[in-house]
Amino acid sequence: MSTTIPEAKLRRRGRLSRFDLKASPYIYIAPFFIVFAVMGLFPLLYTIFLSTRQWNTMSGDGGLACAMGDKQVSGTGCPNGRDWFGNFAWALGQPDFYTALRNTIAIFALSSLPQLVIAIIVAYLLSSNLRAKTFWRMGVLFPYIIAPMSAGIIFRMIFADQTGTINTVLGWFGIGPIGWHSDTFASWIAVSSIVNFRWTGYNTLVLLAAMQAVPHETLEAAVIDGASRFKQLTSVILPMIRPTLIFVIITSVIGGLQIFDEPQMYTVGPGYGGNSNQWLTLTQFMWKTGFVSTNASNMGRAAAISWMLFLVVVAFGILSYILTSRMASGDAPKPKKSAKTNKEVAR
Amino acid sequence: MSKQYPSSAFATAVAGRGAGRAAARHNRVRLTSEGQRAGRLTYLMVGLVVLISIYPLYYAVQLASLTLDEMHGFPGLGFGSMLWTNLTTAFEAINFGQAFLNTVIVAVTVSLSVVAFSTLAGYSFAKLRFKGRGPLMVFVVGTMAIPAQLSAIPLYILMSKLGLYGSLTAVILPSLVTAFGVFWMTQYITAALPYELIEAARVDGCSMIKTFYHVAIPAALPAASLLALFTFVAQWTNYYWPFLIIGSNSSRVPLLTLAVANLAGGNNQNYTVMMAGVVLSTFPLIILFFVAGKQLVAGIMAGAVKG
Repeated sequence: MSTTIPEAKLRRRGRLSRFDLKASPYIYIAPFFIVFAVMGLFPLLYTIFLSTRQWNTMSGDGGLACAMGDKQVSGTGCPNGRDWFGNFAWALGQPDFYTALRNTIAIFALSSLPQLVIAIIVAYLLSSNLRAKTFWRMGVLFPYIIAPMSAGIIFRMIFADQTGTINTVLGWFGIGPIGWHSDTFASWIAVSSIVNFRWTGYNTLVLLAAMQAVPHETLEAAVIDGASRFKQLTSVILPMIRPTLIFVIITSVIGGLQIFDEPQMYTVGPGYGGNSNQWLTLTQFMWKTGFVSTNASNMGRAAAISWMLFLVVVAFGILSYILTSRMASGDAPKPKKSAKTNKEVAR
Repeated sequence: MSKQYPSSAFATAVAGRGAGRAAARHNRVRLTSEGQRAGRLTYLMVGLVVLISIYPLYYAVQLASLTLDEMHGFPGLGFGSMLWTNLTTAFEAINFGQAFLNTVIVAVTVSLSVVAFSTLAGYSFAKLRFKGRGPLMVFVVGTMAIPAQLSAIPLYILMSKLGLYGSLTAVILPSLVTAFGVFWMTQYITAALPYELIEAARVDGCSMIKTFYHVAIPAALPAASLLALFTFVAQWTNYYWPFLIIGSNSSRVPLLTLAVANLAGGNNQNYTVMMAGVVLSTFPLIILFFVAGKQLVAGIMAGAVKG
């Protein structure tokens, strides 16, 4: 008996396999895009809508946002009429908003700049031929496994005004005691040191990987030309790892401007962000506006604040991108090369 | 590394032993290239950085070992005798068993889901041809730059409307997929999986999904396990979103971060027990770090080269 497959069956199989070939790519990416549409995209679009509404956290949507005027807006009704941008106007009318904006930018600056400098130096040290490489690398990465909120609690004690490590050590040198919780600037340093603690080691390893990818010949050429170690770092290595530098800076902008866990846990007792909002960040202000009842909690206003936070992130992202492109490009401008790097980052 | 100029040997031949050693010393100072030993100063500075990295946790263990009276002074570097007592008190205060279990459920579920969806989509983006691939990939990368805070409030409303407020499901759902995961797997599979292997499987009669299963998954495994590791740590240390969506129900649905934060909140605090809570909640990750720390390091460094 012959074992030939009937022609109809063959054709069906061919059609099936063609369908398989055409549809499979879409079927494989579908789960991601479906979940992302619901959990990522929808919320994003919904924030736009939300930011224009008078949305009391308890009672829900209450129509278009109340316009701001001289009269204080109470729980129900809008004495000054309604306005698309009422929530934005409300936020911009709050002194706390500007305090939070100032604190956020200050803490961000105090955490990202020293962090970058230290990470570059440590990465450069680690790139020399050390014994027990893995030990040192794991050592600098250790803070990564400590939750930011746990780090916040620990640093609250390290920076305790009376018995904390920092004030005790400063006392040995006759300095202090510094009011790490009461003084505004000191509290910025303390909170940003929590961020630095968690992320410096991580960024060190990112930069170390990039430094190791710098061709050996290039470095040797610099050595033969008589470049000092410092000069090798600033004139050869840094320009060559610029894409990675930009990557590190952009991620620290996105993460650093949104911090919540660290300042929240740095607080002793109630009054999150300090008794006079010394270290209240924008995300904390957003949370207070949306969720803390003593503030007549309002989701619409919180959404408006989150959009302004987004604008701050975008502005600093662009600013730092321009700055790093300028700074790390070395002495001579190389237009062609920088165009290529842009593409690499965009990809 | 092997490309060092043997200048010290040359100097030895020309000017005798002493000159050779001097030249070698000279090289050691000047060359930073690998193969040259790092100086003592380098060890000193790196050692200092590692000490600073470890000190906060050391301090936490220290405080957790003290009595409340001893807390009134700086403990130096010594330990008290109350560690076990404080740990057991904290163990009950944060309902450790339940909180640990819930945290594991969240971290494992999210890790598995992120890895599965990312590998599937990453394979498709990296190796399959289809219309709209480029724009869709740009879209994925673009969403990575959007701050998470922007969707926190609408997600809160969404979860509440779905009746999920205060549930573990609500903690898990928003993290089921990440754009970063897809990007990461796409990058890796692009480089690690040759087209020839896929073609060979197809010629042998594998369907698309069988090809994925037999060829792509084995090739993607190293990157997938790193992604799982990082997602696990991120979920374990996550506080903000669980804090929003579990809210005042944290006694009913405890998570480690929430429970510890509860110990640390309010006015009347027992700092030693609070610190014991911090130590307890970090302890599982310390074990993970000793088991998989090498992989964490490798993962960060691999991601940097590609990203």
